[in-house]
Amino acid sequence: MSKFVAWIDQRLPVSKFVKNHLSEYYAPKNFNFFYFFGSLALFVFILQIITGIFLTINYKPDAASAFASVEYIMRDVEWGWLIRYMHSTGASFFFIIIYLHMLRALMYGSYKKPRELLWLFGMFIFVLLMAEAFMGYLLPWGQMSYWGAQVIISLFGAIPLIGESLALWIRGDYVISDATLNRFFAFHVIALPLLLFAVIYLHIAALHTVGSNNPDGVEIKANKNPDGTPVDGIPFHPYYTVKDIFGLAVFLTIFMFVVFFMPEFGGFFLEKDNFVPADPLKTPEHIVPVWYFTPFYAILRAIPDKLGGVIAMGLAIFVLFLMPWIDRCKVKSIRYRSSTYKILLASFVISFVGLGYIGMQAPTPILTALGRTFTLIYFAFFVVLYFTSKNEKTKPVPERVTMHE
Amino acid sequence: MKNDNDSLKRRNFLTNLTKVVGGIGAVFALIPFLSTMSPSEKTKMAGAPIEIDISAITPGTFKIVEWRGKPVWVVHRTAEMLDIIDGKVDYLADPESSTEMQPIYAQNKYRSVKPEFLVLVGVCTHLGCSPLYKPGENKELGLEWKGGFFCPCHGSKFDLSGRVFKGMPAGTNLEVPPYYFASDTKLIVGQDRAS
Repeated sequence: MSKFVAWIDQRLPVSKFVKNHLSEYYAPKNFNFFYFFGSLALFVFILQIITGIFLTINYKPDAASAFASVEYIMRDVEWGWLIRYMHSTGASFFFIIIYLHMLRALMYGSYKKPRELLWLFGMFIFVLLMAEAFMGYLLPWGQMSYWGAQVIISLFGAIPLIGESLALWIRGDYVISDATLNRFFAFHVIALPLLLFAVIYLHIAALHTVGSNNPDGVEIKANKNPDGTPVDGIPFHPYYTVKDIFGLAVFLTIFMFVVFFMPEFGGFFLEKDNFVPADPLKTPEHIVPVWYFTPFYAILRAIPDKLGGVIAMGLAIFVLFLMPWIDRCKVKSIRYRSSTYKILLASFVISFVGLGYIGMQAPTPILTALGRTFTLIYFAFFVVLYFTSKNEKTKPVPERVTMHE
Repeated sequence: MKNDNDSLKRRNFLTNLTKVVGGIGAVFALIPFLSTMSPSEKTKMAGAPIEIDISAITPGTFKIVEWRGKPVWVVHRTAEMLDIIDGKVDYLADPESSTEMQPIYAQNKYRSVKPEFLVLVGVCTHLGCSPLYKPGENKELGLEWKGGFFCPCHGSKFDLSGRVFKGMPAGTNLEVPPYYFASDTKLIVGQDRAS
């Protein structure tokens, strides 16, 4: 066996790779609950690829047969329902995981020097993931697939001068049609997954270059043993592989429970209107995107002007890219930051969740006013943070992580 | 030595030139790929503008034609009908057509290029049913009704310019498609005059 490994290593340094990235890759020893979501996100990505491949085997990207082919998968294909529900539930869980993963970064300042590029790659993954989910949602060709896409693509029409031609180019037709379905299929199953794969690779490569942050926001590389290993670090394998496998077991228990017993999740994961085939002549009573888009959708609706709404929605995502430069506080972790930051982050999270709720409801005057308030708080978070973080009153940061003997 | 420097300069120049020319080539190579995403000839044909002969549409009558799978109405309004449109409009939600449901040249109270000819997409802006043309007064449709379009599905009412009444399920006026008059008897729907 060792001879075989030696033979391989001479030609491709596999053992060295395993050492560098697993058995001798040192991660801070004080990871907590929030550090499950990176590896879980990777797992769900692979799960989506695998279930996706098996779905394409029976799915037909054709306006005349798409809806029926999904029902065929659900009713006639052996275990087809399981694969399909894993894929649709996986999409929602992907976003739950990603949102918690991003919250972790905001709490512990994981986007700060030297991890700016890591954060930027992460944001690109987030944007690609939104595009991937949006295009995937058109494929079942239900009423909500159709009208959701109609609404979102017509947003491009709000861009001055080139807007209408751009929307026409994206659709490939004057309305959402077979041409649109066909190209969204191509993007959903090959173009975007390939891009996602590439950016996820860069995200992990950047992570392994600078090393993980931790709940104390202390750089473990600053404090080393005589042999050069970080005092507060432990090898990723076996310590964190075991931890992550435990997290995965808990995750799968919850995930499969949803897949088996509540795959539609009360209309949140699969909207009720999407069980009706797409009908270009009949608009559903009330068009709502899936839950993970509703915070941004609520921002769009909060602005009374169409173009203004589109700009605000785009800005709401773009401003997150700038976090490493908006937050000028040197202290990373929320544990040692001022109560100002704690209040800011709490109000940001509340406004995000609030917007998510409002985005699901039909607009009423009260909800619109509330939506505008939350939109204001959402953006105020970044503005206030920029001005308060420079001279923030912070607590002393310990030399080492707080969890040592 | 000077010679070496010169050849290095020449080499850098040629390298940069190659980058620029190659870059331009790569950009042009994008065109065919991106163009495949534009509407195909078949799609364009199915969505092409249509020609309507309006000489047979006498004052007070209307005609339904199909354009891009939707009904399009052409109504020849009489002088009395235009008078009604000129009259009191406090029961309308958007009498000035401030919502963008029409091309800029139809943004007036008649919502048309020539006041006597009204061109509308005959699809209710609520849930996409097709409203009915009900000219003249009609007690069943209320005292304000002086003729217009009534949607049988959820009861939305529109006046003779396709302007929605206040408090209706439909929130906006009926859509005016792009159109122009090629001659006195020929109407083109689906295209602005300019393009």
